[in-house]
Amino acid sequence: MSSKINALTKSIWVFHVSAGSCNNCDIEILDLFTPRHDVERFGIQLVGSVRHADALLITGAMNKKAVPRMKKIYEQAPKPCVVVAVGQCALSRHMFRYSYNVDEPLDKILPVDLYIPGCPPKPEAMIDGIVKLVNKLKGKK
Amino acid sequence: MIKLLFNYLIFPGFLFAATAGLFACWLDRKISARLQWRVGPPWHQNFTDIFKLLGKETIVPQGVRATFLIAPCIGLLSVVLVAAILGQAIISPAPGFSGDLIVVIYLLTIPPISSVIGAFASRNPLASIGASREIKMIIAYELPFLLAVVAVIVKSAGAIKFSGILEHQANFHSTALSLSGILALIVCIFSVQAKLGFAPFDISEAEQELMAGVLIEYSGAALAVFKLTKAIMLYTLPVLLTVLFLGKDISAGFLVPKFLLFLIIAVLIKNTNPRLRVDQAVRFFWRLPLVLATAAVIAAVFGF
Repeated sequence: MSSKINALTKSIWVFHVSAGSCNNCDIEILDLFTPRHDVERFGIQLVGSVRHADALLITGAMNKKAVPRMKKIYEQAPKPCVVVAVGQCALSRHMFRYSYNVDEPLDKILPVDLYIPGCPPKPEAMIDGIVKLVNKLKGKK
Repeated sequence: MIKLLFNYLIFPGFLFAATAGLFACWLDRKISARLQWRVGPPWHQNFTDIFKLLGKETIVPQGVRATFLIAPCIGLLSVVLVAAILGQAIISPAPGFSGDLIVVIYLLTIPPISSVIGAFASRNPLASIGASREIKMIIAYELPFLLAVVAVIVKSAGAIKFSGILEHQANFHSTALSLSGILALIVCIFSVQAKLGFAPFDISEAEQELMAGVLIEYSGAALAVFKLTKAIMLYTLPVLLTVLFLGKDISAGFLVPKFLLFLIIAVLIKNTNPRLRVDQAVRFFWRLPLVLATAAVIAAVFGF
């Protein structure tokens, strides 16, 4: 198991899911793949199909329409697969907390492994989060 | 028998070709990254990717038949056979059989066909769009590629054997140094670009519109097999070009720079061209490369 996880931490393929976000977090995620931040040096790649994914990057408040779809996407991902909540909306529903169509935060629906706060989080914050995630998966403090 | 198995599984075959291919894949990613002013992945990245994929769950969609899992294996087996035949022809040309060039050309069409079979078996609409595009691409690039190979065969006095082609080039000069040779080489570089599924001909995998195209339903070990097939193709096709066109001196010291030359040409074309639509690609292949290849055959017949 540990060699599996070890290989996983060195080549995380990311599938990006937007659960009704305002697109700011999504733009910041794409910034990670630009020359300035280039996360491909850690083996991180954006993939198009959820079947190839090792990590689901979820942005946005989970509205009622998105919840069943989000569950389906999580079931379609091959395990082991980690879930990363990006942005304040995915963490705590942010300003949509008392909204009529957002019932539950993300971590009541899916098992979230990593929270990256911010509105939107800076790319540096996301890289910091990835480092914490890798350490957590390897069992380090 | 044991020697054959050794050849197929270890030295010029599977193990060696997979290592070389994954290394070539890393070169592709690194050069692309440098061209885009990025740093790029470390050298072991593609090996790690394959190990990771082998350790992941392989999901088989509901209601698919066994072809879904058999198809990637067929592709890998045939491309390994190509690598073994080619490697053997380079190391010791003598024991090759007559017509191994033709066998190799047939075997090189099997990996795209296997991805088509797998995509149709996966019952995913995006995969079947990718598969239909892949079929159109096969129809588009095979004809000019075959004509260019025919030009090489005519040029090397009708030899349909790698050893014959290499011997002819060693006695006279590399095929690429003649008029017919250079025309055929240009056509072959375009066709190889399409065979590798690189931009501008990455139509069947079109990430932005088809997600991952033919590979969309594959995960875990089956995806790893497809990635390995791609990697071995990336090693085999530049070697094939070297043998056909720059085969004057193929000792290791000359083979590696020539291989790198063809690899870098492919990567440069990939990074400087946007993707074509499938109809544009078919039109492209059936116009300029087809005319060039025909001209190459005619020039070769007249001895140029």
